[in-house]
Amino acid sequence: MNPLQTLRVALRAIWRNRMRSFLTTLGIIIGVGAVIAMMAIGAGAKAQVEAAFAAMGTNLLIILPGSSNAGGVSGGFGSQPTLTWDDLAAIREEIPTVKAAAPAMRSNQAIVGEEQNWTTSVTGTSPEYFDIRNWPIAQGTAITDSDVETGTKVVVLGQTVAEKLFGANSDPIGHTVRIGTTPFQVVGVAARKGQSATGQDYDDAAFIPVTTFGQKIQGGLSKYLTGQIFVEATSSETTSRALADITALLRDRHHIPPNGDDDFSIRNLSEIAGAQAQGTDTMTTLLASVAAVSLLVGGIGIMNIMLVSVTERTREIGVRMAIGAKPMNILLQFLIEALSLSVAGGLLGVGIGIGVATWLASRFHWPMLIQPDVITVSVAFSAFVGVVFGLYPARKASQLDPIDALRYE
Amino acid sequence: MDDPLIQLEDVTKVYQTGDVEVRALAGVSLTVESGEFVAVMGSSGSGKSTLMNILGCLDRPTDGRYRLAGREVQRMDRNELAEVRNHVLGFVFQNFNLLSRTSALENVELPLVYQGVGAKERHRRATAALEKVGLGKRIDHTPNQLSGGQQQRVAIARAIVGAPKVILADEPTGNLDSRTSIEVMSIFQELGRSGITVVLVTHEPDIAEYATRVVVVRDGLILSDEEREQKPAIVPPPASERQRGGGDEGRAPPSERKGAAP
Repeated sequence: MNPLQTLRVALRAIWRNRMRSFLTTLGIIIGVGAVIAMMAIGAGAKAQVEAAFAAMGTNLLIILPGSSNAGGVSGGFGSQPTLTWDDLAAIREEIPTVKAAAPAMRSNQAIVGEEQNWTTSVTGTSPEYFDIRNWPIAQGTAITDSDVETGTKVVVLGQTVAEKLFGANSDPIGHTVRIGTTPFQVVGVAARKGQSATGQDYDDAAFIPVTTFGQKIQGGLSKYLTGQIFVEATSSETTSRALADITALLRDRHHIPPNGDDDFSIRNLSEIAGAQAQGTDTMTTLLASVAAVSLLVGGIGIMNIMLVSVTERTREIGVRMAIGAKPMNILLQFLIEALSLSVAGGLLGVGIGIGVATWLASRFHWPMLIQPDVITVSVAFSAFVGVVFGLYPARKASQLDPIDALRYE
Repeated sequence: MDDPLIQLEDVTKVYQTGDVEVRALAGVSLTVESGEFVAVMGSSGSGKSTLMNILGCLDRPTDGRYRLAGREVQRMDRNELAEVRNHVLGFVFQNFNLLSRTSALENVELPLVYQGVGAKERHRRATAALEKVGLGKRIDHTPNQLSGGQQQRVAIARAIVGAPKVILADEPTGNLDSRTSIEVMSIFQELGRSGITVVLVTHEPDIAEYATRVVVVRDGLILSDEEREQKPAIVPPPASERQRGGGDEGRAPPSERKGAAP
């Protein structure tokens, strides 16, 4: 008896007891459905977080200036400028694991265009900034090194700002805008970057050379870099090494004694992303164990109904044996029936899971990501459950004595 | 063939029911040659069913030898017994034992399925077997759409489809009226004439009359064993058209039927 015929016999037996078969597989349907739905939502959320962190920049370290400490009141990081331009130069030159470093001095300014005006965050920075942030220029050019050296009055606009000032799909390159009272020439528009993990619009920003920022917006260059330093490490492996090296370098340059507190702080974004990912992984493990329990219960249901089926069909088993079925034929017949039940349950579960995930995603505007390997694993696991729990009833059937089976009423 | 088809030598069968030992067969020796039509008679508890189970390779003797078609049965394992049942034997039961909700054709195909015969060949042979028992036009009917006599004929078709050497029939007419019984017996006689050995268990003397040899069993022993003139199974003229069931449209009625309508 070949497997295809056995499968046909099994499917027919299942179809004859449709309602019973459906109720039996409900455990597996719900288990697999829950896993698929939750994994789709979970993976969507994870992908969104990952995308948000990738948008920040990869292998990114952000150096914040230190806190003021006046009379026991700490002002918090960034409240006092402690980073100098020489610090930036030293980080660029002396630490081999640093690929690039850029200053970022920020101020909220009203930008006045030809027809519209818009208040946004203006960042004074250097050309490296766009590389560090993985932020390509959509139109025109970025800020150049010579812009920074000579303090030219040029500006690169974020997409949102460009749209607010010039309208969508316009070409603002070459136009002049005023920041405060100073006219700036628009040389570039940065590509769209989207939202941060906290929902902040990255594209609502404008960038000018850091020297120009110092002169025109801050009102004169000082020794201190009153902002942050963005650092990109050479690779994800060297990020923590770069962090340690920068810490050592800055402590040395700031003459901090070995037991003294840092007058700066460094944020490691890949670490934060890693922690996020770990949280998601914990959630995934939790879900997987819930699914395992539900599949176990489903498997017991299948075993139960297969035992009923074997008892009901004792006579049939006897007849099949009398006309020449070997124990293995009978075993396979019932095993394949259990397997068909569980796989059908798994497939139905996949369908329902995708349906539920899609509904939830559209209803609550959640991101959703259906991973093919999750589907494969779910169906494979339900098949495994079917075989494991189908084996005992199938074996019982195959070991029946043909005479007893034929006499069974 | 020098070897007899069925050869039982001093076969005993002892059942253990709790503390009580039941001697169902107390030393039976029986030889059946190819082409014989043997009726095994005996009352309930005589051991004839046990004898049938052993002959049918559904059970193994406690002691003694059983040779079937030249092979020692008592040493076979479950798989070998299944193989013998599949290739050498064909069963016909009192309660037909057809698979319900399964068409006559598929029921008849079943032994071929376990023989590993391909679908086309299976279909051809099963159809031929059904035609042989006069059910060529009812191959798609399920058992509950067939009368008792028709069901038993499907069962006979299933028994012969695998080209067995022996047909074992256990009270095949026990659930049939006398007229249908004669129809079934005439099919068995036909099979016997075509060279198939038929061993029939019955407790009805008038059914045993259709055999060429009658073996009477009592208390686990053979009481008598005699050959006799076979009574031809002549189906009496129909009481009404309806009662005749499917027999009326049989394409290949057994030859006795021709004699029945002079």
